Amino acid sequence: MLKMKNLFKTSFSKAGLTFIVSVILMAILRNPYYVGILIFLGINIIITIGLSLLMGYAGQISLGQAAFFGIGAYATGVLTTKLHMPIIFSFPLSLLLTVTVAFIIGIPTLRLKGHYLAMATLGLGEIVFIVFNELLTLTGGPSGFGNIPLIKIFGVELDSDYKYYIFVWAIVSLILFLSLNIINSRFGRALKAIHKAETESATLGINTFRLKLYIFVLSAGYASIAGFLYAHYITFLSPGTFSLGFSIVLVTMVAVGGMENIWGAIIGTTVLTVLPEYLRFFKDYDILIYGVILMTIMLLRPEGLYGIKIPLRKILSARN
Amino acid sequence: MNIGVQLLQYTLSGITIGSIYAMVAIGFNIIYNSTGIINLAQGDFVMLGGMAAVYFHNSLHIPLLLSGFFAITIVTCIGILFERVAISSLKNPSIITLIIITIAASILFKGGAMFIWGKDAYVLPSFSGDKPIMFFGATILPQTIWILGFLGLIVAALMAFFRFSIVGKAMKACSYNKRAASIVGINVNKMVMISFALSACIGGIAGVIVTPIALAHYDRGSLLGLKGFGTAVMGGLGNMGGAVAAGLIIGLLESYSAGLLSSGYKDAVALVILLMVLYFRPGGIFGKKEIESLKTY
Amino acid sequence: MLTIRSLRSYYESICALKAVSLHIQKGEIVTLIGANGSGKSTLLNSIAGLMPKTKGTIQFEDTEITNLSSSAIVKLGIALVPEGRQLFFPMNVMDNLILGTYPFYTFRNKKNLYNKIDRIFDLFPALVDRKKQLAGTLSGGEQQMLSIARALMSEPKLLLMDEPSVGLAPKIVESIFQTLILLQKQTGLTIFLVEQNAKLALNISQRGYVIETGQIILSGEKEELMNNKEVIRAYLGKE
Repeated sequence: MLKMKNLFKTSFSKAGLTFIVSVILMAILRNPYYVGILIFLGINIIITIGLSLLMGYAGQISLGQAAFFGIGAYATGVLTTKLHMPIIFSFPLSLLLTVTVAFIIGIPTLRLKGHYLAMATLGLGEIVFIVFNELLTLTGGPSGFGNIPLIKIFGVELDSDYKYYIFVWAIVSLILFLSLNIINSRFGRALKAIHKAETESATLGINTFRLKLYIFVLSAGYASIAGFLYAHYITFLSPGTFSLGFSIVLVTMVAVGGMENIWGAIIGTTVLTVLPEYLRFFKDYDILIYGVILMTIMLLRPEGLYGIKIPLRKILSARN
Repeated sequence: MNIGVQLLQYTLSGITIGSIYAMVAIGFNIIYNSTGIINLAQGDFVMLGGMAAVYFHNSLHIPLLLSGFFAITIVTCIGILFERVAISSLKNPSIITLIIITIAASILFKGGAMFIWGKDAYVLPSFSGDKPIMFFGATILPQTIWILGFLGLIVAALMAFFRFSIVGKAMKACSYNKRAASIVGINVNKMVMISFALSACIGGIAGVIVTPIALAHYDRGSLLGLKGFGTAVMGGLGNMGGAVAAGLIIGLLESYSAGLLSSGYKDAVALVILLMVLYFRPGGIFGKKEIESLKTY
Repeated sequence: MLTIRSLRSYYESICALKAVSLHIQKGEIVTLIGANGSGKSTLLNSIAGLMPKTKGTIQFEDTEITNLSSSAIVKLGIALVPEGRQLFFPMNVMDNLILGTYPFYTFRNKKNLYNKIDRIFDLFPALVDRKKQLAGTLSGGEQQMLSIARALMSEPKLLLMDEPSVGLAPKIVESIFQTLILLQKQTGLTIFLVEQNAKLALNISQRGYVIETGQIILSGEKEELMNNKEVIRAYLGKE
């Protein structure tokens, strides 16, 4: 029993378990509508894990994360449709492009703190959004463009939601594995130190700026991967998806779940992705309800949903 | 139209839109001065002012000026409510928490407006007709004059308030030294509330006077807030005169680039300026060195 | 006039004052002496209503003021001259003085206000020429005078003074203390003085208390304390 417990503690088993649970969930649901929702959930989780590392572990905020999501999506979309590039090349290239953009704008941006950083990332996100709208020849402008090819792995075309679902969740698990390892590494501990006291860790000889930049670039990379998955699933892109509103929804997900913990981000993303699908009025008044949920959480439980004690054990033992 | 007249036309519309940015920036400054908070819902006060005025005038058929007055009053009350419920109840919040709270307020205002008024865009009639006034070959809408007049009025009233009234002085005192303020018996908490009220009120005014020339729409606040923030930073956060000057500069640049380069990128101009200022002159381009050095002790 | 019974004060969860009791009578100058971090400033801040968590009772005249807000306490007639002056540096001297009357300010007594300011300038003539100068640009002595003047603007019955001599030349300190004695004699102002410079402070006082690690360990008349061996050893030094 003790060994079992320790086994669950490794990031490999946590990520593996996440994958197994997701596959079992698909087998239970066997409904393309729900599976579709869970594909979106996986894509959102990839972005919010990155955002959670940035907000909760490095203490920095990005209100422009949708832009990196968009750059990843548009890059692979344009490369595969306009230049007919195979996906095996478009994926690394779109990732490289996003990461390079994040690195270049990260250098001046992450020198800013607090409100200035928030506003700068908001402005950057909005500029990228405007570019998507205005770069007609490449992006098709406000009406977007379609016919983005499906992904083919080892000769298998991911042409059904079920196949795509497994692909997406395998990547979610990989990202989770990578992120948990980062948190537990020396790098992760240094990040926490930044969050605790920026000035203190600077005197400890930790280069806080470089760490912040790495994590910013990493979170942009995650968003880019999510964008890649989104583009080849929906096969159609228009700027509306990557607006300022979506950046704010992402921050909301992380904050509602709990900024201090990666699992908090996953919980928040799950709640705010799945709930709207079940509640009809949620879809009509989504903005209002996001606002109410976010404000309520911030005022009553600023540490987020993560860690609220649900008597799970009692429920389970009662069943046994 | 020759190029000179065209330039004059762009200048006039730049000044008009710049005045609105300046008002949003002044709203940012008032709250920043008393709390150190950047209120990300500042643009939504403007949106709410416009929407409420439209509702009173178009749906309830209340006379225009009275509708405007009611709208401004309501936005002011919303500002007070926001501060009482969400800001004053916080104990030692981190900056990230504060940012997210004002984001939450912004989403709430936006969502509330959409809930009440839907996703349509509304227009309000001009205060004194739409007959353009000729000015060296260019045309000025009468509403433009109203906007400039109100900006002048707001700046003058605020300057008088902070310079001559005891409450204004007390608010300034809070921004310089909160501890000293409570030592002399100033209720700092109340000053914060007044600053939210004042800044919501100015946002409401901006919303009412701009709606006749720009539509009122539930989603208009964010971009306006962002540009207003850019204006506030460019003018030096907390600096009222700087806000007006920066508003005019950004408005003019935006208008020229829309007219001479491409109208699609006009929104990007203000944002690029915002980033450049943040990167290279975060203290603003008119920062007063002496006062700044006295603020940090 | 002021009676404190078993007062406790906390910073976060650290207890900075442990069951302090003392009293001050009308028209007295009372000194509190103690080393750095002994709880002197905490005691003054507690009386002025600036500490978030206090237990015990503080009674001023007939009012219990333990949990009143600082503005209510200023209104009742207690003014604090804080450690480190705490002026509004970017504002001019006049504005700093006017803000001293903030809790009493109404449109009607504006005339009264300027009379008050004139009286203050009589006490601190050095400030007259500095009327329009920003407080942050004044010299250390002038800043201290302004800080006292600002406190006096609220016409307090009890003046709390936190280390007014810190960082000032002995000559200036002497002139400030002369002004205080004058005030006490003329207007019957009560002064509760916290000082590290114990000799100087005891000299102008009638009585004194000694505080150590948040507790009053000694109290007595001026002469009693000045001749006490412990006090001499710890605070007065040899001479």
